[in-house]
Parts: sequence; structure tokens; C-alpha cells
Amino acid sequence: MTEEIIIAGFGGQGVLSMGKILAYSGVMQDQEVSWLPSYGPEMRGGTANVTVIVSDERISSPSISSFDTAIILNQQSMDKFEPTVKPGGVLLYDPNGISRPPERKDINIYTVEGARLAAEMGNTKIFNMIVLGAYLKVKPIVKLENVIKGLRKSLPERYHKLIPLNEDAITMGMKNVNEVQTV
Amino acid sequence: MAEITVQEIIKPENLVYKKTPLMTDKALSYCPGCGHGTAHRLIMEVIEEMGKENDTIGVAPVGCSVLAYEFMNVDMQEAAHGRAPAVATAIKRLWPDKVVFTYQGDGDLAAIGTGETIHACNRGEQIVIVFINNGIYGMTGGQMAPTTLVGMKTSTTPFGRDVSLMGNPLKITELIAQLPGTYYVTRQAVHTPSAARKAKRAIKKAFENQVNKIPGLSFVEIVSNCNSGWKMTPVDSNNWMEENMFPFYQLGDIKVDGKLIEK
Amino acid sequence: MGELRLMKGNEALAEAAIRAGVDGYFGYPITPQSEVIEYLTSEKPHERTGMVVLQAESEVASINMLYGGGATGKKVMTSSSSPGISLMQEGLSYIAGAEIPCVVVNVVRGGPGLGDIQPSQSDYFQAVKGGGHGDYRLIVLAPSSVQEMSDFVPLAFDLAFKYRNPAMIMSDGLIGQMMEKVELFDPMPRMTDKEIEEKFPWATNGKPVGKERRIITSLDLDPARLEVHNHHLQKKYREIEENEVRYEMFDCDDAEYIIVAYGSSARVCQKSIQLAREEGIKVGLIRPITLWPFPKKQINELVEKGVKGFLSVEMSAGQMVEDIQLAVNGRTRVEYFGRYGGMIPSPEEVVEAFKNKFQED
Repeated sequence: MTEEIIIAGFGGQGVLSMGKILAYSGVMQDQEVSWLPSYGPEMRGGTANVTVIVSDERISSPSISSFDTAIILNQQSMDKFEPTVKPGGVLLYDPNGISRPPERKDINIYTVEGARLAAEMGNTKIFNMIVLGAYLKVKPIVKLENVIKGLRKSLPERYHKLIPLNEDAITMGMKNVNEVQTV
Repeated sequence: MAEITVQEIIKPENLVYKKTPLMTDKALSYCPGCGHGTAHRLIMEVIEEMGKENDTIGVAPVGCSVLAYEFMNVDMQEAAHGRAPAVATAIKRLWPDKVVFTYQGDGDLAAIGTGETIHACNRGEQIVIVFINNGIYGMTGGQMAPTTLVGMKTSTTPFGRDVSLMGNPLKITELIAQLPGTYYVTRQAVHTPSAARKAKRAIKKAFENQVNKIPGLSFVEIVSNCNSGWKMTPVDSNNWMEENMFPFYQLGDIKVDGKLIEK
Repeated sequence: MGELRLMKGNEALAEAAIRAGVDGYFGYPITPQSEVIEYLTSEKPHERTGMVVLQAESEVASINMLYGGGATGKKVMTSSSSPGISLMQEGLSYIAGAEIPCVVVNVVRGGPGLGDIQPSQSDYFQAVKGGGHGDYRLIVLAPSSVQEMSDFVPLAFDLAFKYRNPAMIMSDGLIGQMMEKVELFDPMPRMTDKEIEEKFPWATNGKPVGKERRIITSLDLDPARLEVHNHHLQKKYREIEENEVRYEMFDCDDAEYIIVAYGSSARVCQKSIQLAREEGIKVGLIRPITLWPFPKKQINELVEKGVKGFLSVEMSAGQMVEDIQLAVNGRTRVEYFGRYGGMIPSPEEVVEAFKNKFQED
């Protein structure tokens, strides 16, 4: 199994940390992982993306140009990464803030209303965990228990009290993923 | 009366001067009349008197005293031009119980190495900096230094230092005295026996501060002559220094025990 | 098995420095490697091992702090990125001339000039040909994973002290910023002052009682003596070339063509050779781990085995290709493909370039 993912959106949406938690979850179940961020001026407010690879084998190139899954959280990222999804791959996006929905016919498309659900749960910071939950529902590449372990590893101890909230957010995402098209 | 032989005169009780073993037997490479040799000797005498010859690391600069390590008989490093304070910073941080000093000229300390000088002083590195200011680049043949006086002729100011073209002479010692990281800042000379005795006391105080682990850097400027660069006889150069250098670079303590001296 | 962590390359390198018993780190922040000093300061290495960490006023000061600290026999290191490494070249030349062991890390970014902050390999010439003035060499290790960012720290120090020579870890923004799984080695104790004094009689840490004082200098105004010193250095460099070449080969046994790539681009090319082999092209990859000394002999052996061509894949405008050409010496084809300015070639692009270069074969 090798899953090559791009997660892209605005800086501040938790794109990089979502990738980090996913990567840590892979580590927890003895898989090989790589996490390659866009870095530098593309920080808060700008666009941010991260390439995550989770695999049963040694990972060759951490830098890749086509993906099994694209998780897209703003319009610029949609424009940039929709064409990079492999035929038959997955595109998951939050329709909030998307003015031009994806047009590809050869890929599987899902949505999750992450921003709305996060607002309903009263904490916009768990937006990325909702989206992660939706992704894991579509592609259960890591077990939920390992995600929790990954959270425990990647979060500083003083935030560990927030782990149950994050778990709820993941579950919320899993329950609220909508299938737009499958091929 | 019995005749006295030379051998009978050379007895320990008759000795009035003995070269410190912390100066090597190598003939100094400095021009006759230059103050570097005296300054070297004073530092080495202080280290000998403090019993620190096995615990001292000196850092030599680039300039006339680039070969200081040939004459000072302690462990020595030769630094790149201007970088001695950075070199000494690392030595002292890694060997906090050793005695570390730099020996630098005006081009080295106040031109190319200004950044390293100011930051080592500002961090309050527990080192001693000995700064020889003769207002000229001796080694490279008498070019303008940052401390060259206004109107002073050098090979790159053949018509005298013109402030509108070359800026003002830099009083870096007064500048670093303003920094909270310096504990003792003084300006001395070594051209007469009494000046040399005073300078030695200042150097000793600087090294004692370090050995006693008093926080802060001790900085000793020595205003010196460069008879070759100034194109004068040694005696004339010392007279010229008293008449021209000392009014601008006034001798005496500038900061003592971490406090600026009111003038 | 050591402790397993998910870390950025820069963080793994910093953690490895603490664990390798490094005595002093002196550095100045610059993207994309500032995590090194940030990690070190947040880890309080002074409490963990007694390691000194100091943010210097410039890269020029940093490298001269390495000169001073290294010359006392302590394990000292710095890290920077391309423009900062350029500033260090004078100091590196002095360090090489005075034969001071130390480790310098370059997390390379796009140039020339201020360039950008994206991954690049365009400092290759600077790293492997000396970089500053005078005849000298750095031992250059090129990690291609976060694991190697950790493992190469003690290795670089071993080599630096074995040969009394500066060693460089030449990484890039991709390896520095990427997170991967890393197995951390067990901490090694720092050497005591006494051990240093006994082990390194050349080190200037205070004249031993009853013995001659030591001098660390790169100056000798007598050209005849300086030539003798240069002979000594060159002899040392030949010895390093003989003993310290490190490399890795992928699918080279039956390969008709060989891609040569190091660091990040070697990771990209691992994928490229998989893709090419899926199309039936017999291509292998040789990855120099030491960029200097360069694996000349191994390339030579591949030439003698009848390899039809070499492709140098770089994130620079044709630098390493010159070393391959020197090794091959006209006996077979040597081509180049690269991206530069901070761009990373894609695995598919490399395959495409390979086909274009060798399509008539």
C-alpha cells in the first residue's frame, strides 16, 4: 500500500498539522511516511500545502507531481491541484469558499462541510480534524486508534486535554462526508 | 682594591631586570622603536605573575602583530582579520576556567572587525581585549586606519585625512565603554617607563577581572607609535604622539567596575 | 532499536548534535535551516549535556567561533544556508589551513545572490572544490533522508577528527524541512576536558606543564615551508580519497544506463528508475554519499562493465556532471538534466529527459 496525498489550503487552516497527524498515525502502525511542506513566505493567510506519503515500503521520492488523493480547502488550491489527481484518485474538498467546483470526470469526488461543522461545534480550530475524519472515512489507510496515538505524540502535553475534542471532530467528519461522484 | 669581574656582577641579588620566560627568545619582528614589543612583554609578565601560563590561550590578529604568537610563550591561535573576538568568545565559552585574551590592532579591531568587537563587548564575554592603536596600517605599508587623525598623512591620505572624504577618526574605545557588557575600559600608553608601569597595572586589573570571574569584558587600549608608518625617528614619533594623539585619544580609565568615569 | 520519532531534517540534525556529544554550536538564523538553532535553544542542551549554544552576530562570526573552539579540541559545529555559507568561506579556508576539525552544515537554497529559499543543490562546486581561497578540500557528506541528517552528524565529526579537517553536511531545503521517521541513536557522552587534553596534543587549550606551547595558525610567510605544508595537506586529501568514498547503488547490476544523483534529487531519481524499469528501460542509480571524495572508482568500474551512458540529475545547472565527466574521461556518454532556482525535478520529468538524451540508442 502506498498513498500519496496533497493537502492544500490557506495558511492557518491547519493544513500542515493535519498532514503531520496523518504522518504520525502512519508511524504508529509501523508504516513509512514522509511529510513535505510548502515553506517560507506561504505562511499564515497565504496558501499552504503539504505532501504526505504513507507506505508499506521505503519511500523513494517525497516530492511528487501527481497524487492518489487531494484534500482541497481553498479555490487557489483547487485550480492548482485538481489536475494533479491520478485518474481514479480521490478529490475531497470543503465547498465553503469554493467558487468553481471540480470538473474532472475521471476521479472520485467527495465534499465535507468542515468549516460549517466546526462552527457548529463551537471551535474553528478543529476544522482540520473534521476534514481528516472525512478523508479517513473515504480512505481508511490508518486506524482511528493510531490517529489518537499520533495526536498524543505530535501535540505538546499541555494540549492533551483537547484530544477528546479532536476525536469528536474526526468522528463528525467521518459521519458527514458526501459522495459527489465515483468512477 | 680587588678587581671585580663581570661574572661576579651577574648575581641574582644584582639583577634589576629579567626577561619573563613567557616571552620566547625569538627576535621581535617589530621595527626598532615600536611599542608592540613592550605591550607584549607587559601582558606576558602579568600572566607569569598570576601563575596562569598553563591556563592561558591568546588570540593574535592580522596586522603587524600577526606574528605575536611567535613571541608570546603560551598557547596561541592566529585569527582571521578582525575575527579575534569571535574566536576568543568560543574558546572562553568552551573553557570557562581558562584565561583568554585577544591582541588586536586598530585596523583589525576597529575597521574590519568592528562587528565582532562590538558584539563580544555587548555580550559581556569574559575575555580581555588588548587594543593597540597607532592610527595607521603598519603591516601593509602605512595606509589610513579608522583611528587615523584628521589631517594625518598616510599612504592612502597623502594630503592628510579629509573628514569630508574619509570620515572622522573612530573612538571605538569610548563607543564600547557605553555597552553594558564591558566591565573595565581603559586607555594607556607604553612609550615611557612610567606609562608602561601604569599600563601594566591596567592590564593586570583586566586579567584579574577575568580570573575572578567578574561578569563583563575588560578592554585595554594602548595608544602607541608607528615610527616607520609615520615616517619619523622613534623619539620624534613619541613626541608627535604626545602632542597629537594624546589630546584626541586621552589616556586614563574610561569605565571602572562597570561604571563610566565622569570627566 | 533507538528511539523512533517523526522529525524535520533540521530538527533531527539538531537532536543528533546533542546526542553526538557536540560541545558547541554557533550559528546565525537563515531560512530554510533556522529550526536547527531554534530546536537547540528550546532543548536546553546546556542542561542535557553541557553543550554550548550561541546565536552569533553573523555567519562570519559563527565560522570564526568554530575556528577558536575547534582549535581547542572541542567538537564544534554551525549550520547555515547558501548565502551564509558564502560568508563563511574565508573562515573555512583558515580552518582547513590550520587543520581544525569541525562540522559545517549547509541546507542549500536557490541562488545566486539572495536567490530564494527553496531546495537547491547549486552550492556543489563551492562545497567540493574547496570554496574559499587556497588549495584545500572539505569532506562533504550529502544526506538524502531525515535519518541521514541524524546519522551523518557523528559520522562527520569522526571524519573531521580523524583527518583534522573541516567536514560539511550538504543538505537542502527539502531534506531540512521534510519530516520522516527517524531512529535516534543513543546519546554519546561529551569528552571531558582531560580526555581532550590527552587525545589531542595539538589543541590550544592551555600549555601543558613542562611541555612546549602549541600554536594554531594558517600563516607561514616562508613559501618553501608553506609548500611543505601544502604537500602535507595534499597527501592527506589523497588518503581521504582512498579511504572515505561512500555511495549507494540502486539496480546497477544489470543496468545499461546509470543516473547519478545525490541528496534530494537521488530520492526523486529512485522513483524515476522504478518508472523507467516499468517501461523496460534498464537504468540504475548511483548516489554519491560523499560528494568529496567523489566515487570516481565506482563510476569507472561501471564504465568498464560497459554502461552505455550516464545522466547527471541535479538541482543545479550542470555542476556534478563535470566530476562524472572527469571520472568517465570520454569513454562513454555523459549527459546532464537538472532544474534550478529552487525547482525540484519530478520523477516523470527525469524519465522524459533520460529518454530524450538517449533516445537514439
